[in-house]
Amino acid sequence: MRDEAQHSPTATARPAPDPSVMIAMRNVAKSFGPKNVLVDVSLEAPRGQSVVIIGGSGTGKSVTIKSIIGLLEPDAGEIWVDGVRVDRRKRGDALLARFGMLFQGGALFDSLPVWENVAFRLRQDKTKTAADCKEIAVEKLRRVGLKPETADLFPAELSGGMQKRVGVARAIAADPEIIFFDEPTTGLDPIMSGVINELIRELVVEIGATAMTITHDMSSVRAIADRVAMLHEGVIQWEGPVSEIDSTLNPYVRQFVQGLAEGPIEAVR
Amino acid sequence: MISLVLGIFAGIGATILGLARFTGHAFVFAGSAVSHIFRPPFFPGEVLRQFMKIGYYSLPVVGMTALFTGAVLALQIYIGGSRFNAESAVASIVAIGITRELGPVLAGLMVAGRVSSAIAAEIATMRVTEQIDALVTLSTNPIKYLVTPRVVAATLALPLLVAVADSIGILGGFLIGVERLDFNAATYIRNTTEFLQLADITSGLWKAAVFGFIIALMGCYHGYYSGRGAQGVGRATTNAVVSASILILASNYVLTELFFSA
Ligand SMILES: Nc1ncnc2c1ncn2[C@@H]1O[C@H](COP(=O)(O)OP(=O)(O)OP(=O)(O)O)[C@@H](O)[C@H]1O
Ligand SMILES: [Mg+2]
Repeated sequence: MRDEAQHSPTATARPAPDPSVMIAMRNVAKSFGPKNVLVDVSLEAPRGQSVVIIGGSGTGKSVTIKSIIGLLEPDAGEIWVDGVRVDRRKRGDALLARFGMLFQGGALFDSLPVWENVAFRLRQDKTKTAADCKEIAVEKLRRVGLKPETADLFPAELSGGMQKRVGVARAIAADPEIIFFDEPTTGLDPIMSGVINELIRELVVEIGATAMTITHDMSSVRAIADRVAMLHEGVIQWEGPVSEIDSTLNPYVRQFVQGLAEGPIEAVR
Repeated sequence: MISLVLGIFAGIGATILGLARFTGHAFVFAGSAVSHIFRPPFFPGEVLRQFMKIGYYSLPVVGMTALFTGAVLALQIYIGGSRFNAESAVASIVAIGITRELGPVLAGLMVAGRVSSAIAAEIATMRVTEQIDALVTLSTNPIKYLVTPRVVAATLALPLLVAVADSIGILGGFLIGVERLDFNAATYIRNTTEFLQLADITSGLWKAAVFGFIIALMGCYHGYYSGRGAQGVGRATTNAVVSASILILASNYVLTELFFSA
């Protein structure tokens, strides 16, 4: 449904983003029927850094991540990953292998036990035995604060927070370079939130992964972000280093960070 | 008045268009599912698991259906046959009726109710809870991983189920024939085998394979394209059973014509 007259990205072909940029979105738009969810989103994630997207419920944060990973096709705009333009085509296996993704609802396969969920990608590598894969899965589970006994349970036997952490373990199981976390700490107790925040920070700092995280939790933002982007009404309203979220004069960010009912963001949406 | 007539025609037109669209989609979907049978990676473990779920666990339902159908068939043919002194045909007609027609069709319809709905509900739930999206991000083609194993398993399982149904159905007829209608057991068995041809059995088993394909395909198709939320899952389940049942009955007629002319 894209309006060729208004958006013709090929006509104004722009150069590839700087090599220091791992993910770049340029003027991305996405609607569902009459609902314009993303209007004009431009956002960059520098290589080896942690970018956090904040914004009200239903503003299109999950849609943003799904557009990058290729689950949704944008109506207009460009998406670049590591210097390659990837919108309007299927993400190949080589690219998908570099991605890890935590879905907002976990999206665990309920027909498989926890460890096979975590090891799902590893098991495609036929050189690894099931025992090797399980061992790696148990190690990843430990990193998200889950006991080895959890490995043999089924997702339906876990609490919501445990499912979320299994989702995190699955996202990081194959040591991806580019990781998307959709609300990794929602539904977790403060201690477990801390464990997950620390894990994300470690992946970025020690392994050099590029992380893009969606969260509503301001303490999580402060713990994991290098940069923060605020999405509202289909546009990135503000983007900057995490150190500036308290000092910026941007009214949207101020209202969000301080959690005020009064401000430019209407409480009823 | 004119607007009413137009409205009726518009309704008919929309239905036909919808049906054409469904047929087109379903064909493309089926083609994709079949093409993955021959392209690696393969998921033999999934096929086996689905085979157990679809085949093995349908045995009680199919067995009960066949038993009572064979029994009632023997009674009805006896009543009808006695009007022109053809009671002795009971055994042969039960055997032919069960193997050619009632075994495959009734087993197909029962399994459609049991399995199409279960497949549709499972896959629709996977759609709604983003498990299908998760498969894609994990470099796994959802058609290959979810649809192809179910279609293969059902296509293989149904002929076996129907072979069992045929045997139990004939047994049902035998029990009624001997216990209730006072046939001599040895005579009944001889009459059963005497006029039964191999083609009666094999044509029924070919039908069963087609029905198995339809059952799994409709379950997967409606699940895969389910709408969002619990309502979407519910609608997918209903549509799967209804479309599988209708397609079984329609294809049964077409197949019977084919075997009839052959
Ligand atoms: N597949 C879809 N079909 C139709 N509408 C959709 C689809 N996916 C998302 N939407 C709509 O897009 C809007 C943004 O959804 P999204 O899930 O991105 O919100 P979000 O910012 O992640 O919110 P939350 O913080 O509550 O998770 C919502 O209004 C939603 O209804
Ligand atoms: Mg979301």
